[in-house]
Amino acid sequence: MLKRLFGVVPVVFGVLLLTFLLVHLVPGDPVEVMLGESASSADRSQLRAELGLDKSLPLQFVNYLSRLAQGDFGNSIHSREPVSAMLAERLPATIRLALLALVIAIAIGLPLGIIAALRANRWPDRIATLTSLTFSAMPHFWLGPLLMMVFALWLGWLPVSGMESSASIVLPALTLGFGLSAILTRMTRASLLEVLNEDFVRTARAKGLQEHQVILGHALRAALLPVVTILGLQLGGLLAGTVITETVFGWDGIGRLLVESIEKRDYPVTQACVLVIALIYVLVNLCTDLLYTQLDPRVRYSR
Amino acid sequence: MKSWPVYVLAFWLCAVVVAAAFDLAPDAIRLEAILHGPGPAAWLGNDDLGRNILSRILAGAQVSMTVAVLVTVITLSFGVTVGLIAGYFGGWVDRLLMQVTDVFLAFPGILLAIAFAAVLGPGLNNLILALCLTSWVGYARLTRAQALSLRGRQHVQAAESLGAGTPRIMLRHMLPLLAAPLVVEATYSIAGLVIAEASLSFLGLGIQAPQASWGSMLRDGVRYMLVAPHYVLAVGLSLMSLVLAVNVLGDKLRDALDVRR
Repeated sequence: MLKRLFGVVPVVFGVLLLTFLLVHLVPGDPVEVMLGESASSADRSQLRAELGLDKSLPLQFVNYLSRLAQGDFGNSIHSREPVSAMLAERLPATIRLALLALVIAIAIGLPLGIIAALRANRWPDRIATLTSLTFSAMPHFWLGPLLMMVFALWLGWLPVSGMESSASIVLPALTLGFGLSAILTRMTRASLLEVLNEDFVRTARAKGLQEHQVILGHALRAALLPVVTILGLQLGGLLAGTVITETVFGWDGIGRLLVESIEKRDYPVTQACVLVIALIYVLVNLCTDLLYTQLDPRVRYSR
Repeated sequence: MKSWPVYVLAFWLCAVVVAAAFDLAPDAIRLEAILHGPGPAAWLGNDDLGRNILSRILAGAQVSMTVAVLVTVITLSFGVTVGLIAGYFGGWVDRLLMQVTDVFLAFPGILLAIAFAAVLGPGLNNLILALCLTSWVGYARLTRAQALSLRGRQHVQAAESLGAGTPRIMLRHMLPLLAAPLVVEATYSIAGLVIAEASLSFLGLGIQAPQASWGSMLRDGVRYMLVAPHYVLAVGLSLMSLVLAVNVLGDKLRDALDVRR
């Protein structure tokens, strides 16, 4: 467990290095790209000094790290606002959206996967498999507009976009949730099918337990463990998906902030958004791994 | 009916050939036909500049599939090379290379490609570069895991003791045994890359106007969804049919080649 904790350190260092280097990948002079060609040379050298771009690369990286350690993400070039304040303002909306999407995905994907496994190769399985295949072939920028068209424009049940009413979260959350539920269905089905052939399930049946006790008490417990791990990895897809989904629905989260900053060539904001999303992902995966070792007696006792 | 993915794929491949062979004038603007619905003149209707949506979808398919295949070929070669080196040599080489892949994998999904495309700037070449920079990691990990177990096999040790050089061992004695999982992985990645190209173009980071791309067409289609739903539906269904067909083909290949993911 300690090994897993320390294993994160080089990864986080690498993530910091890569996001730091991002700005240096800009073809030509990043300052010129950000300010445009009409900027005066005084403005340019001022921004260059502010971003520390006049110093050597290793020194810039050290400065970058020490500022981050103090929670300083720099200032937006566009609005002059501290980036940390912008992140603090936008992050809660994204987390709310992602959590609701996760709940939706579990509520749809888990039952569908269980039904598919218990009725393998019969029509409930076929329907569940077809549904999950279809949803996994629908990227967020296609599923989102489709839901918007049906539920907001034609039926008028839900707001089209924005975040004025509390119902605004439903469509973006469904968009993200459906995609994840497709993966969850397939994982649950495969995992449960495998477990159903194991000896302990046969033993449970042989000692005369009711079928629902066998499934819920014995098989499902074992089958869900791998699902939990892969779910942690899939949350990454959810986080990356917020970038597109928030843009489609005008949801003011960190994903939309990222896209806006790219359009304005506001590199400090872009850099900070990418960094924060990646760090959240690393943290979520770490937590999933630690949770897994706690949940699985085989892993727990082998240490 | 059993092989419908093959038919769908064949359709899109024909579409690409047709789009390349005939001048379908995907960029021809007809102001009198703005947002017209499907009809005999234009089977899938016209877009917000009166351009023929069918012609643009075919042109978009060409871009999409070219990018997906090109990026797959480049990243497959690079990823497999990295994976073979890591798996065969082991030790600090392996640890270093895997540390690098760990860092790339710490960026979820398409995020890193978005970040690269954002700083590199829009355009077809930068789009391909951004996707290449981020898509090799999966192949490297897959190859490395397989190569680790192959290294101890008897036929590899026999080749080593007969004095075969390292490149020969990698290419002649290890690569053929790696082919099956790599083919399956590459098939899924084509579907992923079609989506990735469309995502970046949807965000305005990929293909630039007036060139047709499914991503930018979807973005325009969403804008006119209320008055011209045929636009977004035609593009979305095209994308979905291609991705679905490639994914189902991947599933079939995986079962046929008996690969476990």
